[in-house]
Amino acid sequence: MAILINETTRIIVQGFTGKIGSFHAQDMINYGSNVVGGVTPGKGGQTHLGLPVFNTVKEAVQQSGAEASIVFVPPAFAADSIMEAADAGIKYCVAITDGIPTQDMMTVKNFLRRFPVEERMFLTGPNCAGTISPGRAMLGIMPGHIYMQGNVGIVGRSGTLGYEAADQMKRLGIGISSSVGIGGDPINGSSHRDILEKFEQDPETKVVLMIGEIGGPQEVEAGLFAKAHMTKPVVAYIAGLTAPEGRRMGHAGAIISSAGESAAEKVAILKELGITICPTPAAMGKTVAEVLAKL
Amino acid sequence: MDIHEYQAKELLSSYGVKIAEGGLAYSPEDAVQRTREIGGTVWAVKAQIHSGARGKAGGIKICKTHDEVEAAAEALLGKRLVTHQTGPAGKVCGRLYVEAGTDIVKEMYFCFLVDRSAERIVMVGSAQGGMDIEELAVTNPEAITKIYIEPSVGLQAYQAREMAFALGLDAEIMSHAVKTIKGCYRALRDLDANMLEINPLVMTRSGELLALDAKMGFDENALFRQQKISELRDKTQEDPRETAAADRGLSYVGLDGDIGCMINGAGLAMATMDMIKLAGGEPANFLDVGGGASAERTEKAFRLVLADKNVKAMLVNIFAGINRCDWIAEGVVQAVKKIDMKIPLIVRLSGTNVEEGQRIIRESGLPIITAETLAEAAEKAVQARNEVAAQWAQG
Repeated sequence: MAILINETTRIIVQGFTGKIGSFHAQDMINYGSNVVGGVTPGKGGQTHLGLPVFNTVKEAVQQSGAEASIVFVPPAFAADSIMEAADAGIKYCVAITDGIPTQDMMTVKNFLRRFPVEERMFLTGPNCAGTISPGRAMLGIMPGHIYMQGNVGIVGRSGTLGYEAADQMKRLGIGISSSVGIGGDPINGSSHRDILEKFEQDPETKVVLMIGEIGGPQEVEAGLFAKAHMTKPVVAYIAGLTAPEGRRMGHAGAIISSAGESAAEKVAILKELGITICPTPAAMGKTVAEVLAKL
Repeated sequence: MDIHEYQAKELLSSYGVKIAEGGLAYSPEDAVQRTREIGGTVWAVKAQIHSGARGKAGGIKICKTHDEVEAAAEALLGKRLVTHQTGPAGKVCGRLYVEAGTDIVKEMYFCFLVDRSAERIVMVGSAQGGMDIEELAVTNPEAITKIYIEPSVGLQAYQAREMAFALGLDAEIMSHAVKTIKGCYRALRDLDANMLEINPLVMTRSGELLALDAKMGFDENALFRQQKISELRDKTQEDPRETAAADRGLSYVGLDGDIGCMINGAGLAMATMDMIKLAGGEPANFLDVGGGASAERTEKAFRLVLADKNVKAMLVNIFAGINRCDWIAEGVVQAVKKIDMKIPLIVRLSGTNVEEGQRIIRESGLPIITAETLAEAAEKAVQARNEVAAQWAQG
């Protein structure tokens, strides 16, 4: 099962013929993802990496049956590409692009709300590493080989910290159903809570690891959701214990700007909500193993 | 990106927001000259630093004679002002804004900001102006009005009226209040600001609505389409190390500890710093070298970390995804050879081509301490730091 993508998901790449798009498209194909083509306006009709190039996402959907897309388009044009995908009937979109203006993301989110829920495109990112369902499909830029297939779901903002978690779990022989990067921007397509909801519905996922960080309300909202609606245990780690107030720590969203946004405050609230907290970032694998052992 | 009060006022003024007459001064003579141009009998001499709460820090002086203006300017220029927003290092005042004194009958708080949870712009106002809004939010939350703006249609006149009434403004001034509020919103949208604060917004005895202070913050991701705003950047108000890092495409934040860090990815960087703290150390910095860490970039990152003379040990933690550990290892070895490091270096590599990377480090002949896991890396860094600290203590 897994969530969002599997081996049959028909994938297109937006920004297909560019350097970055080409590199990662090839990597996804090598992993076994079902990439069916790509979009680069003006290059429709050409063949790239042995696959068809389309001028518009609409054409790609009509002619290749694409269901999912991944966006490598530069920041100035990325919001437009995401909206094009939503309008063309793409079901799931991963936006990799880093540096999309906040107001553009507000426009995107507002645009998505126009669609009835059952027709609305599911968006993760921007500024993320993508999604992987190990052994089935990769829709992202992560090193696929560090993920073992299994039944722990991972959701996190950071790319490399997600790799660290997957690596710790693999060393302990623990596999992953799906790992979803929601990205480090202040406004993103989907929140921790949205992904927890998907994992709760997935029969294969037994435990979820949420990797959060300082800034914003999302981890606490996810904790409230888990307490009210989830039967599966949630394990969490919140990065940024040493982060000073008012300073942006790399990610556009990682800044403590109001009460309840520091790592210590988030940890205290999540504990209260019954979430198991990883005491250190080196103990993510071990904490998940302990929770799995109790099932 | 933040800008100065006088810059924000200039921008807002072009959007129909009224401000008191004023001018910029770089010297006491300039300041006196400005008061002559402005006229009147009372002036405010205001330190231009990127921070709020300047009044409490002594950064705003009310003057009634030219001698007072000169003395105030003399005292403020070049002075390091410390507010609760600047941190203990404070910020140096390099320019002054001299403004006509205002006869205030009412002070209000007003701002726009991006609400991450609602994914909308929210307008916040209170009839109790001049004080810290965060304090007010705790002590008297009912005194604050919040109005959310629908992105597709923008701020509507009825919302501006609702805010104006909540601020306690009279019907006579309503059309001007609506114009002011809508002007602020347009400035925010047009210029890709993510924050605009007027504290206080004041009513004068002559019945005018003025922005007595103005603060704007801009979305750095949007600066590519805001050339004019980019030009307002004042690098003297930023940490020089952070500016140098940003110019080299690195993300750096200086901290108070003494274990230097170089990590790829913001989340892993924060986690590694946490691990250092949990192992009993204190990180000297946050440094994300990003995805494509070339040998050249690695060297720049090393130089940046080592420029901090407090640093007693340096930890490199790279989880290679698209990157490859062997490339990183080559870069590290080259950097160490070039820079002639005097302090211990701890390197932890993981991910793509890790065996090859570890081999390069091992065979370099350099005294690099290696670690396999995150925990081991942090423990070794703290241990090495403690040894150096003991040596330094002995002289």
